[in-house]
Amino acid sequence: MDSSFFFGLSTMAYITAMMTYIAYLAFKKSQVGIAATTITITGFIAQTAAIILRWSEFAELSGMGFLRSAPMTNLYESLVFFVWCLIAGYLIIEFKFKNRSFGAFITPVAGLALAFIDLTGISKEIQPLVPALKSNWLLAHVTMSFIAYAAFSMSFSTGLMYLILSTGKRNELSYIFWTLTFGIFFIVLASMGLDLLTFKVMVKPDIFIKSYLFKTSFLNPSAVVKILSWGLAFITLFIVWRYGHVLRTVIEKFDLNADMLDEITYKSIAFGFPIFTLGGLVFGAIWADQAWGVYWSWDPKETWSLITWFIYAFYLHGRMVRGWKGKKVAVVSVVGFMAVMFTYLGVNLLLSGLHSYGSQ
Amino acid sequence: MEQEKKKSLIDNIWDFLASVKLAIVIFALISLTSIIGTILEQRAEPAKNMQILSKLFGESLAPSLYNISEKFGFMDMYHSWWFTALLIIFSVNIIICSLERLPRIWKLIKEPISPMSEESIKKLILNREIILKGKPDNNKALLADAIKSARFSCQEVQEGDGYQFFSRKGTYSRLGVYITHFSILVILAGAIIGIRFGFKGYLNLPEGAVSNAAFSGMNKEIPLGFDIRCDNFDVEFYGMSDMPKEYRSWLTIIKNGREVLQKSIAVNDPLTYEGITFYQSSYGMVPDSIGRGIFVFRLISNDGKTSNTNLRFGESFQIPGTSVSGKILDFSPALKVDEHGHAFTYSDHMNNPAVFIEFSGAGKNTFSGWLLRRQPNTWQLPDGHRVEFIDYWGGEFTGLQVRKDPGVWIVYLGCIAMSIGLFIALFMSHRKIWIKAVEDKNNTRVLVGAITNKNRAAFERKIDAIISILRKKQEGVK
Repeated sequence: MDSSFFFGLSTMAYITAMMTYIAYLAFKKSQVGIAATTITITGFIAQTAAIILRWSEFAELSGMGFLRSAPMTNLYESLVFFVWCLIAGYLIIEFKFKNRSFGAFITPVAGLALAFIDLTGISKEIQPLVPALKSNWLLAHVTMSFIAYAAFSMSFSTGLMYLILSTGKRNELSYIFWTLTFGIFFIVLASMGLDLLTFKVMVKPDIFIKSYLFKTSFLNPSAVVKILSWGLAFITLFIVWRYGHVLRTVIEKFDLNADMLDEITYKSIAFGFPIFTLGGLVFGAIWADQAWGVYWSWDPKETWSLITWFIYAFYLHGRMVRGWKGKKVAVVSVVGFMAVMFTYLGVNLLLSGLHSYGSQ
Repeated sequence: MEQEKKKSLIDNIWDFLASVKLAIVIFALISLTSIIGTILEQRAEPAKNMQILSKLFGESLAPSLYNISEKFGFMDMYHSWWFTALLIIFSVNIIICSLERLPRIWKLIKEPISPMSEESIKKLILNREIILKGKPDNNKALLADAIKSARFSCQEVQEGDGYQFFSRKGTYSRLGVYITHFSILVILAGAIIGIRFGFKGYLNLPEGAVSNAAFSGMNKEIPLGFDIRCDNFDVEFYGMSDMPKEYRSWLTIIKNGREVLQKSIAVNDPLTYEGITFYQSSYGMVPDSIGRGIFVFRLISNDGKTSNTNLRFGESFQIPGTSVSGKILDFSPALKVDEHGHAFTYSDHMNNPAVFIEFSGAGKNTFSGWLLRRQPNTWQLPDGHRVEFIDYWGGEFTGLQVRKDPGVWIVYLGCIAMSIGLFIALFMSHRKIWIKAVEDKNNTRVLVGAITNKNRAAFERKIDAIISILRKKQEGVK
């Protein structure tokens, strides 16, 4: 059995777990909840095995030793590791807060990310390393960055849920903010799905973004389709804004209270921020110094990490010094995660620079 | 009157510079402007950014947008006056903010903890009450154990109707924030030292060449104070592909005519001498290298006689013990053969070096063809002799990044301080606890009060753990 068998197993487990968690929320039977947790843990163990197997496959193939062969050197491997961190973080929270309701939010993200890999046809091959990536810093820098990313995604989902739960008036700024964010997120995902279906492209994601993205909708050569897409997008945004309270009643049923969401948001950021600082920025700088001869070069990846860092610093200052709580900081946690997403994916797929390993 | 007004203006400026509001505005300004800097390519050819702008805003707007961006220095924004100004305001904000708050915090740290009255304990955010059987003196050991189980080392004071334990922990954790803030200043100071007293340059050094200087971006010469020689350069590829696995330069440092240091460098493995570091960054062919390079062959005749030879372009050699000779007529750094059998050069890099040799024996041309260094099967001649193409030396240069940065250790020191400071600021808290025992109808009334500056929920759980220990012990006594 090789790594791909276990990867397949974990994808299936996460998707099954997602359905089980949703069933748990619907029926509130503790046996169903236990089953959901068990399936998630099974998926997690399978994924751990898969990562270790791939790691040793890579070590054997490259002959570089175990430390330098961490399977985190391209987009596929990093997405897999990201999902792994996310599930680990979720399991910790489920255990600590004795609450399974998040499972219904986190496992779909895990399943979607892994399915995204299959759909877009990101290369799963073990790729030979370019000389710059051959370093002991790879393991420390990449693992810590992704642990931080996973913590930030956790704070994003709890922050967003907090906003959904605690805003009601349609003219409230934070209500408009979350419905817009949610709506745009949905529209982008939907139109990307449409692109994939229409073109059935199995190309590298950077080529997908450059030549196919939004070509079925917003960037369609036909003016009619273009106008129609924008119209549909605005109608979608309007519907989300008009009927956002439906989501609220759904979440209210999950016995999640706002204070707990606020606390998890804060704790995830307080956990992720120092790890991001040390692993992402500091280790990244030391490694860049060794490989490129400059510890900070205002490369887009570096700059976006700094922007991300500033946003979370803003969150911590707002909360700890100014005593902001609730909606205000929840908005910041959502914005922070957008910066994380852009640092992780956007920079590699849209901008050019030294740090372009993750684009294929 | 006049005096007072002036003072209040300075006070206002001071308060403004010390405010978190300013910090937040600066965070936002640095972040937002930085975004523009990641979209427009920095220090790039004008055409490149023109293309980006017209893609984003259309052909008609692009030229004027370009001019505006140019005027405000967005094409090299991280070195512009206003970005530097933002960083300076950021530093000033950190300094004044710390000066403003640090004395207060320091007083808080130095202030000794003292026992409290019953009313004050009851007013604390975290407070609990429990009745223990027996007189206070009989419960003293029990209480001391409970407080110790929460890892507090406590002071004790006797009071009229009982006694009181009180303790604090993590007092110095209040400094974590200031360590973090200070570390940012250290990092910026290190960066300034690096810019002021160091340099960044490059050096393209052909195999065999010596240089006593590096070059800055504007082709300005930067003297090194010693000589550096490239003895050899080599690229290792993944299998038969053109993807480099590793590239390595063998360098020698020569000081006052003496060879003082020899080291081979690769990406991620630089060489440092007298504070100047050489990084392997690129490589390429020396332009018009054809007369410069030396071909290294091992010649093996069909009856096993072997000899090595070094030749230049156009020179001839003889297979040992035979009358067969070969002459180098052509060279390609990267040879490929198309479907018609036509050979052509496909890259400027020396990915697949090949020599075209014409062989002759007894005055007649016997054979001619390409020998490829990466393909040993081309080394075998039809008449059983063998010409091994070992190396083509002197044709490639190694691209070195040259840097001197005396500030880098200060930057790293700042980074370490920042990590420690963040850990303290986010994970450690200043906690105080008071446990007062009062006699109450031959029993002991125990009052527990506590405060913390962070993570109240966790501390509350700890206090409840103390209470439950007491309750359990109580049941044991029964």
